Formats: sequence, structure tokens, C-alpha cells
Amino acid sequence: MDAQSIIARRVARELRAGNLVNLGIGIPTLVANFVPPDLKVFFQSENGLIGTGPIPEQGMAHPLLTDAGGRPISALPGACVFDSAMSFGLIRGGHVDITVLGGLQVDAEGYLANWMIPGKMVPGMGGAMDLVSGAKRVIVAMQHAAKGKSKIVQKCVLPLTSCRPVDLVVTDMAVINFTGGRITLQEIAPGVTIGEVMAVTEADLFIPANVPEMKI
Amino acid sequence: MKAVSVEEAVARIPNGATVMVGGFMGVGTPERLLDELVRQRKSELSIISNDAAVPGKGVGKLFDAALVSTLTTSHIGLNPNVQKQMMANQVAVNLVPQGTFVERIRAGGCGLGGVLTPTGVGTIVEEGKRRIDIDGKNFLLETALRSDFALIHAFLADYLGNLAYALTARNFNPVMAMAADTVIVTAEHIVPVGVIAPDHVITPAPLVDYLIANG
Repeated sequence: MDAQSIIARRVARELRAGNLVNLGIGIPTLVANFVPPDLKVFFQSENGLIGTGPIPEQGMAHPLLTDAGGRPISALPGACVFDSAMSFGLIRGGHVDITVLGGLQVDAEGYLANWMIPGKMVPGMGGAMDLVSGAKRVIVAMQHAAKGKSKIVQKCVLPLTSCRPVDLVVTDMAVINFTGGRITLQEIAPGVTIGEVMAVTEADLFIPANVPEMKI
Repeated sequence: MKAVSVEEAVARIPNGATVMVGGFMGVGTPERLLDELVRQRKSELSIISNDAAVPGKGVGKLFDAALVSTLTTSHIGLNPNVQKQMMANQVAVNLVPQGTFVERIRAGGCGLGGVLTPTGVGTIVEEGKRRIDIDGKNFLLETALRSDFALIHAFLADYLGNLAYALTARNFNPVMAMAADTVIVTAEHIVPVGVIAPDHVITPAPLVDYLIANG
């Protein structure tokens, strides 16, 4: 299984019936593909929709119905639309149960950097800062390392997205939580050893006596 | 509300004006007004828009024609022209978190001086702003945003100027329609009064100054 599917499948297991969930662009978007059909979850698109559905079939796209990246989507029965003030009121006001975002770096204290690389990439933060500040639970879905360099660092050197720490990090190698303020290895991916995870983790990761395999 | 041609409406916008433009990645954007801004070569514009869309679409057209001097926005990542113009100091870009962006506009339209938000506390967004502690929780004071003009795109406009929107094309339009001295609207359909039921009007007619008439 490819890295992105491992991450998306594992994140999907965090969703509970009735949750209002916001998925970011990239790997997070794939999470919707792995939600069991009998689990009723509400997906929010921050451009003003709850009840996002799959990409419409060829020729069925509606120009006024898109995701936050401007790509055509569909709306499920029971969907609703609203303006951007409402959309971010939902986000900032603690009404979104889970937000799943991509990441550039997460550090030992759980701080996330995911919106700019000074001098290189300045796309803007879009909705990321509000999502991390306001959602009830923040899950980062990202590769464990990029070009051999750990993305789980001791301290973020890139500009932070929020001073609120994230709750869970799901990578292609591990699940990491911050229970009790300590960066903790919660699970390892199938076929991966703790030693391999530690080799590509810059942060001082706490390893409990029992680290189960990720269920995907 | 006055029904006018697109040429007449845009002629009222001077060079150097501050202009809010509705839409999200070009969805729900008044394309006809943007095309006319380009045709009349209105320049040195200060644009307030959620994103910079993509080249050739939405507000992206204004950057293709190099008509913008300042952009207040939350995201420019999908428009390489804007990034180039920003790096070359041709456009000053003020990046604002999207939820803060919309609340600043809402405040501007609702007579508020600003809003207190937790978003951005402890990040570079905080630089130069007041941090205010309320009951032990930190907030940033974010000031209100208003503009000379708001360019709005609706799905339905009735003869009075009542507006309704469609699907994800609503986005920033109703909020911006509150926050500008002059509000100019394009609509996909102009319909008789009564077609939009009172319950379904999102932007009340008195907010609309000009509606672009069918050609």
C-alpha cells in the first residue's frame, strides 16, 4: 500500500458517527475515500458547504459547486450551504469536531508549521490558522520524512500555524500523540520497526513499553 | 438601486480605488465587472479578495493586466503571477487568516471597530497587533475592513435588488455587500419582484447601489 493510502486509512478510523469534519488539501482529502459507508459523518468544505459528496461524473460538474481548491464536487442529500462568516464561525467557534491538515513540521510540543517556507513558498495560510485554533480535535496527516529529512522535529523552525498544539499526527510510519504534553509513539505502521521510526524522527519521542501496530 | 450597463458601472470606479471582490477561487466572482476593469484599464487598485484565483480567472485577470498595487487576501498559492509580482515588489500582499479576513469585513459592514480572535496568537500574524487577555484567554485585536466599492456576484437579483446566491458561490459576497460605500452587483438571472421569497433573500435590496442590466 502506498504511503498516502496508509495515512488516509488510519486517519479515517478516527472519525465517529455524527462528527463534523474538515479535510484539508492533499493527503487529508483522501480520508473521505476510506470512511465506512454506514458511518454518517458530515464533511465541511470551508468555502461554504456541509455535506460534500464525491467528484461528479463526467459532464455533471456544476460551476457554482466546488471545493476549497475550486474543483467540482457534489453535495449529498441533506447538504447545506452558507456564507464564509458562518463557515469560519463553525470552525473558530468549536463546532468542527475534527480537522485534518497537512504539515511541513510538527514539533515535540505538538506545534504545527504548515503554511509557509520563508523566502521559498509563501502561498498564504488560507483557513489553516483558524482550523487549528478552533477545531475540537486537530489531526495532522503527512509523510514522516521529506527527502530523508524528519518532519517530526524537536522545535519547529518554520513559522507556526497556531500556538495551540495538535492532538494527533498520522504518518506513513507511525501514529504520534501528545498525551500529558509528551510526544509519544502510539502506533507503528505494518512492517515498520520502532528503530526505523526513531531513525527518521528528530524529536525526542517517548516510546511506551507496548506500541501496537497501526490498524488500517 | 439603479440598473446600469457594465461600462457605466465600472466608469464610476477611479484609479487607486479600494475594491472588494466576492468569490472563492473564482467561484461566485463577478467576471463581467473584472473584464470591464481590465478593458477600461483601471489601475493602482487596492483589492480585497479571499484569494488570487488563478491566471485568467476571477481576480486573477486583474493581476494578468498588472492593475493591482495592494492585495489583502488569505491565499495566493495558486496564482504564480501574483507571487512573481509580490517578489518583484509590484504588488504589496497583506496575508490574513481566512476567518479573520471575513470577520474584519463583517465588522466593517456592521459598524464594529474590529474583532477579537484567538487565530494568529503566538504566530507571525500577531506582529504589530494588540494582544488582549479576556478571562485568561488570549485574543488579537483585528481591525475592521471597509472599501470604496464591493463587486458582488449573485445567482438571482430581483427588480428591487434583493439578492439570492447559489451553492458555494455565496462565500464572501453577502458579507462584502455590507462593507463598501458603493455596491455593484452582477446576477446570473434578473427576476421579477416576488420570485425570490422573503425567506430566501440573503442580501436585502437597500444594500445594492447598482445592478448590471442584461445587455
